[in-house]
Amino acid sequence: MKILVGYKRVVDYNVRIQVKPDGSGVVTDGVKLSANPFDDIALEEALRLREKGLAEEVVVVGIGPADLTAHLRNGLAMGANRAIHVQTADAVSPLTAARTFLKLIEKEQPGLVILGKQAIDDDANQTGQMLAALWDRPQTTFASKVEVADGKVTVTREVDAGLETIEAELPAVITTDLRLNEPRFIKLPDIMKAKSKPIDVVELGSLGVEVADHIKTTHYAAPPKRSKGVMVKDAAELVAALKQKGLL
Amino acid sequence: MTKILVIAEHLDGKLNGATARAVSAASAVKPDAIDVLVLANAPDAVAAEAARIDGVSKVLTVARPENAHALAAVLAPQIAKAAAGYSHVFAPSTTFGKDLAPRVAALLGVSQVSDVMSVEGPHSFKRPIYAGNAIVTVEVDAGSTVVATIRTASWPAAASNGSAPIEALGVDAILPSHTRFVGLQQGKSDRPDLQGAPKVVSGGRGVGSKENFEIIYKFADKIGAAVGASRAAVDAGYVPNEMQVGQTGKIIAPELYIAVGISGAIQHLTGIKDAGTIVAINKDGEAPIFEIADIGLVRDLFKILPELEQAI
Repeated sequence: MKILVGYKRVVDYNVRIQVKPDGSGVVTDGVKLSANPFDDIALEEALRLREKGLAEEVVVVGIGPADLTAHLRNGLAMGANRAIHVQTADAVSPLTAARTFLKLIEKEQPGLVILGKQAIDDDANQTGQMLAALWDRPQTTFASKVEVADGKVTVTREVDAGLETIEAELPAVITTDLRLNEPRFIKLPDIMKAKSKPIDVVELGSLGVEVADHIKTTHYAAPPKRSKGVMVKDAAELVAALKQKGLL
Repeated sequence: MTKILVIAEHLDGKLNGATARAVSAASAVKPDAIDVLVLANAPDAVAAEAARIDGVSKVLTVARPENAHALAAVLAPQIAKAAAGYSHVFAPSTTFGKDLAPRVAALLGVSQVSDVMSVEGPHSFKRPIYAGNAIVTVEVDAGSTVVATIRTASWPAAASNGSAPIEALGVDAILPSHTRFVGLQQGKSDRPDLQGAPKVVSGGRGVGSKENFEIIYKFADKIGAAVGASRAAVDAGYVPNEMQVGQTGKIIAPELYIAVGISGAIQHLTGIKDAGTIVAINKDGEAPIFEIADIGLVRDLFKILPELEQAI
């Protein structure tokens, strides 16, 4: 079985996001970029399935500009067999990303596609579900446990009510939640090894993907600030403050 | 004509309160009609509840045995068919809606607006990105169906004084059998529901253990609050996942939020920004939680919680 893994590059989760004063975007110049944390979890899960002998090949897929290569090398250093770089200078919507994955699926015929449940930049939480719809295959979103056996995947999902378990026939799409695994650290020798692993570059335009641009972002703003609070020194003061607000 | 289809969320024959919040957002669009769609095995009880939500024009039910569990792959084709004639399809931004709505959008061939915080116009919305550290205004093409999930913390639940008619809807959709429900492990609790409770007490890593979390439950029970937790407390196994509050857990807006032993990672703060009053109790006065707290108290939680119980 082959596993495709979505591997998006985003502003690092530790960066304090600044909105540009003219409202045209957020500041990304000189800001640290990293793999989307959920995508690292997706890659880790794929690698574990390969290490258990349940998959032969793990392919990381990135959609982005020419300089995405270094990011994809990290995915290869972590352990992916090869990478596909779908090159485009433009940011793509989740629906465009899903359509792009579908084109790659037609060629690669994977048994599983594992994506992060959301990217921590646009927080859209859409691509995996959209891909599963277009592919007409099962989706198992927000996975915290994955078991593959007998042509099926059994997934425990983190849902608002608790933990839901569903079973899906392969091929299927999985999206990862935080507690699925802890991604491994990249070791120096693996970085060297990754240099010789293949990265296929394809132009987004050459895939025949219909670009979805139904939604345009017209303005960015900083969130409203909460006003500075007060400090109290003991239980009695806290209770008095809450009673004054009518909260107790 | 602006007509909005709101997808009802329900479990065990009860309507989830997030549905009435999605109806509030739908009302803000000022549409000609708001219809609620209930997909279930036996939809009658849920439909009756939905019919009482203010602003609802009618409730549509699709009763099929395949709808016994909310599997997105099964529900989405039915919703895509039912959406014909509607300008908007709304679902709550809960794990139910987040799982389902993008699948519907893809079947309709449109993009989705996730986590609507405010309605600026029939095709214009505000939503958070970067864990709420930026708010964007988005415009959806006037010609395309608007599929959106509604950020429940941003909207009050619509009241329940209505009496909309209920109609059974026949949906001609081929449903897949490739995805099957196996089970749901629910935390059984007599405490208020975390997502709808007016008061919430949350514990973090500072609580130290599963056993120690009893002190949080005890205090919460004293003031009639729901109990939540930070990601660190869930990761450490002190409490189950459904109690997580934050960017990837539950986003809540109680009137009173008391954070106990929570340092306040940005991802946690995202989940509580809309709370009325935030109280932080932490022995580390430098903890970032104090930057957004309305009332802060720098003390050891194990000393202060019993004192608070006494003082109330």
